[in-house]
Amino acid sequence: MTHRCLVAKKRKSWHPLDDVAVLTSHDTGHDTGNGHSTSTGLSNNKMAMWLFLGSECLLFGGLISTYMLYRGRITQGPRPSQIFDIPFTSVSSFVLLMSSLTMVLAVTSAQRKDNERTKLWLTITALLGATFVGGQVYEFTAFYNEGLGFTTNLFSSSFYTLTGFHGVHVTVGVIMLLSLRGIISANKDTGDRAEVVELIGLYWHFVDIVWIIIFTLVYLIPA
Amino acid sequence: MNATATDTHEQHDSHAPGLSDATAIKIALILAAMTALEVSTYYVDFGAFFMPVLMVLMVVKFFTVVSYFMHLKFEHQMFKLLFYTGLGLALFVYFVALATFKFFS
Amino acid sequence: MAIIERPAPTASVSLRAPVTPAQSMGIVRRPVTSTGWKSWVFTVDHKKIGIMYGVFAMFFFIVGGVEALLIRLQLATPDGKILSADLYNQMFTMHATTMIFLFAMPMAAAFANYFLPLQLGARDVAFPRLNALGLWLLVAGGLILNASWFLGGAADGGWFMYSPNSGPVFSPSNGVDFWTLGVQIAGFGSLIGSINLIVTILNMRAPGMTLMKMPVFCWMILVVQFLLVFSLPVITVALVLLTFQRSFGATFFDVAQGADPLLWQHLFWIFGHPEVYVLILPAFGIISEVLPTFSRKPLFGYPFVVFSGASIGLVGFGVWSHHMFATGLGPISVAAFSIATMAIAIPTGVKIFNWTLTMWGGKIWYSTAMKFAIGLIVLFTIGGLSGVTHAVAPSDTQQTDTYYIVAHFHYVLFGGMVFGLFSGFYYWWPKVFGKMLNEKLGGWNFWLMVIGMNMTFGPMHILGLQGQPRRMYVWTEARAGEGFFNFGFWNRVASFGSLILAIGVLLFLINVVHTTRKGKPAPLDPWDARTLEWITTSPPKEHNFDRIPVVHHLDDFFHRKYQEDATTGAMVQIATGEQLVRDEEANADAHIHLPSPSYWPIAIAIGVGTLGMGVVYGVPIMIVGVLIILGSSFGFVLEPSVADDIDYDPPMSGGQETKELAPLG
Repeated sequence: MTHRCLVAKKRKSWHPLDDVAVLTSHDTGHDTGNGHSTSTGLSNNKMAMWLFLGSECLLFGGLISTYMLYRGRITQGPRPSQIFDIPFTSVSSFVLLMSSLTMVLAVTSAQRKDNERTKLWLTITALLGATFVGGQVYEFTAFYNEGLGFTTNLFSSSFYTLTGFHGVHVTVGVIMLLSLRGIISANKDTGDRAEVVELIGLYWHFVDIVWIIIFTLVYLIPA
Repeated sequence: MNATATDTHEQHDSHAPGLSDATAIKIALILAAMTALEVSTYYVDFGAFFMPVLMVLMVVKFFTVVSYFMHLKFEHQMFKLLFYTGLGLALFVYFVALATFKFFS
Repeated sequence: MAIIERPAPTASVSLRAPVTPAQSMGIVRRPVTSTGWKSWVFTVDHKKIGIMYGVFAMFFFIVGGVEALLIRLQLATPDGKILSADLYNQMFTMHATTMIFLFAMPMAAAFANYFLPLQLGARDVAFPRLNALGLWLLVAGGLILNASWFLGGAADGGWFMYSPNSGPVFSPSNGVDFWTLGVQIAGFGSLIGSINLIVTILNMRAPGMTLMKMPVFCWMILVVQFLLVFSLPVITVALVLLTFQRSFGATFFDVAQGADPLLWQHLFWIFGHPEVYVLILPAFGIISEVLPTFSRKPLFGYPFVVFSGASIGLVGFGVWSHHMFATGLGPISVAAFSIATMAIAIPTGVKIFNWTLTMWGGKIWYSTAMKFAIGLIVLFTIGGLSGVTHAVAPSDTQQTDTYYIVAHFHYVLFGGMVFGLFSGFYYWWPKVFGKMLNEKLGGWNFWLMVIGMNMTFGPMHILGLQGQPRRMYVWTEARAGEGFFNFGFWNRVASFGSLILAIGVLLFLINVVHTTRKGKPAPLDPWDARTLEWITTSPPKEHNFDRIPVVHHLDDFFHRKYQEDATTGAMVQIATGEQLVRDEEANADAHIHLPSPSYWPIAIAIGVGTLGMGVVYGVPIMIVGVLIILGSSFGFVLEPSVADDIDYDPPMSGGQETKELAPLG
């Protein structure tokens, strides 16, 4: 990583403030450790990620609102109270919550440049996430067998859409975690490694907080 | 913007007041306890407190993860602005939309 | 072409990074050619991407215009025979969809892409490859939308596609499926683009350019991108629900199951109302650049223009239900949304006031760009006033779904947005293409468009107040009424006006062809302009600026040319634009380094398009799409932002090349 930073400071990039950074670090002998400087001093990537997450709030807000509006409209098929398995879902919620902890540990390891620990915690996080997705697949299958199809009623359509969207987000997260682990193993990443881990961590935590809301509104509060 | 002054600290700033592993584990334990309390509403009758307890726990858990695990509490104002604008707009538009459906009455 | 070489100080040679082929990670060698079609398709240069956005948008402006002409032709005579009822429905749906999603938004994106980095003093946007991805997703969306014409008929539910009318029962062809997928994919592209542009504006400004020294155009684009970033996810939800209903049998809008059709309307308009500001604010930004330049005065009340734009954006999220006054929302909702809607007239009025006072006392140069800008002020004000009549709910209840609405939104969108964009064409054409558009043809272009647009949309006020419903595909002489309010007469006037309007637009195209062939080269600073995009050559070099400008003032370029005379207080010219550009060239930066082209943005967009077609044509195609997306995403993530020596043909020699690895980008 070091040589990249060195080179970066010798070059003019398309980032306008790099030139200023070159001057500063030469004058002060200070190593900013970052080739790109920005107007706000904040990382482009993190800013983009927070914006994306702000945008995702409105996506899940819409899906949750649709569910809330339609949750009680059941003309046929089983009612949620007849099929929800609260102990089972509580366990998978707990698994997802703990995966947030392991993700934090992956981020702090990456910031310490401890590659082995980073890889370990990324793998564990991905496994916990995969467990959650597996639980969701099991749950969907069970509900389907009890007569709650996607097209059965308004409750079922909005329930499967909301939780399915969340499940897809978790799945994408698992793929990203495992890919990142592989990329780190192969030492083939192209950016600031700690930041990449942190970015994927932000996404992962977001998926977790969405589930915090879904778990309460969908499962714990009866229709 | 005061670029030259800020960017020398940028890299260190974002990690400086970071979460130590021990704190993270403590926070996770608190979150786990709150989840346990949430699940207990399924077994124990909380009466009139049922909804308020669940709502408060949900909100507290949400902001605990955002503030500490996602580190937003320690981040630059700009990031808070970006995320909380999205969150605030979502709450506003969907509450109003559900209200027009007489959802809350 | 990633690297601009200049004589380098020797020190940099020894510090060259040990870049090896293994690090490039690509399965294939990267595209690095700087000429030919490949240099466009795989480019990440914001200027090329901006031009491609512009060409795409102009093409669909013509397509949408032809659709509009067919509509007017159908209504020109009683018992029109040009279009069947079904085809008429498809025509007005696709006219609106094309004009909004495939012309207005992309054209604004064209201006934003091209001029943001130039006005901010940057060499490119924050995420050049995501920029390209946004463009190609838009192209994929546009192709899918219009493919429906050839695959069983286009969407026919109107641009807001109300359910349950858009459900499989009432709209059995695949048109609506293509529509939802096309809009979804184009929207996804917009979302990526908006995140990119927000980060660019916040993070890539030249040294010294604080937010309050930014050109108003950049401010308006910033507001627009925030509107997009927070409203597109809402339409995404609505489109997902509709797709699931149509393709997978979900029940969201199935009234028999107890569904609430208003859910669609809420979701659509929570997006749809911010969307109308997405359409108009870029035009406001453009004329806020044009008016001061041609009035020879700074913009009157810069902070008011900026903050009124921002407040239009914010309040714009709280007024969506005024599109639904006729649905029986209940008195409290109607009153609240009515008041919020009236409130939005205030910041808009502030802007009109500021533009007018910018011209007041100025030495006005009536160039074509200026004419279009003044045209916007007048015509938008007319549209804005009829808009206020919609804010009054009782009056709106009468006007809902009549031609009065059609008249209103064409005054704000054509008179406002399109005139703003045309103002931008004439103002910036010499910057982008290095040649002046013909001013004489431009004058004809302007006046024909003014006359045509007022003849077309003016009579619609009368038609609407007389009760002609919008989307009525045929009218009969027997029921057209008599005297001054005869439907037939005003419909004929509107149809005739649309022909004049078409000729006006055609003159613009002729002007473009004429200019390209015979236009005289533009001077470096033809308008005596004020902002940073003029401190470089026309067209700008690939790296935009020879030296990154350091900004001291709002309108920095103007303040480099003019200085206040200490005794008289008048602004006195101290340098010409040519001198300033020469000065920049003489002090150019060495080793300017730009991001390299990439295959992956277009590859991902192809994957997304395939996935979209798979929703209509079956799971196997979807799987292929997902695999393409996954594979090219890996390519995207694993490639550094700059190509390796070995990727060049012939390979670059080692030595003085600049190599730098940028973050994800």
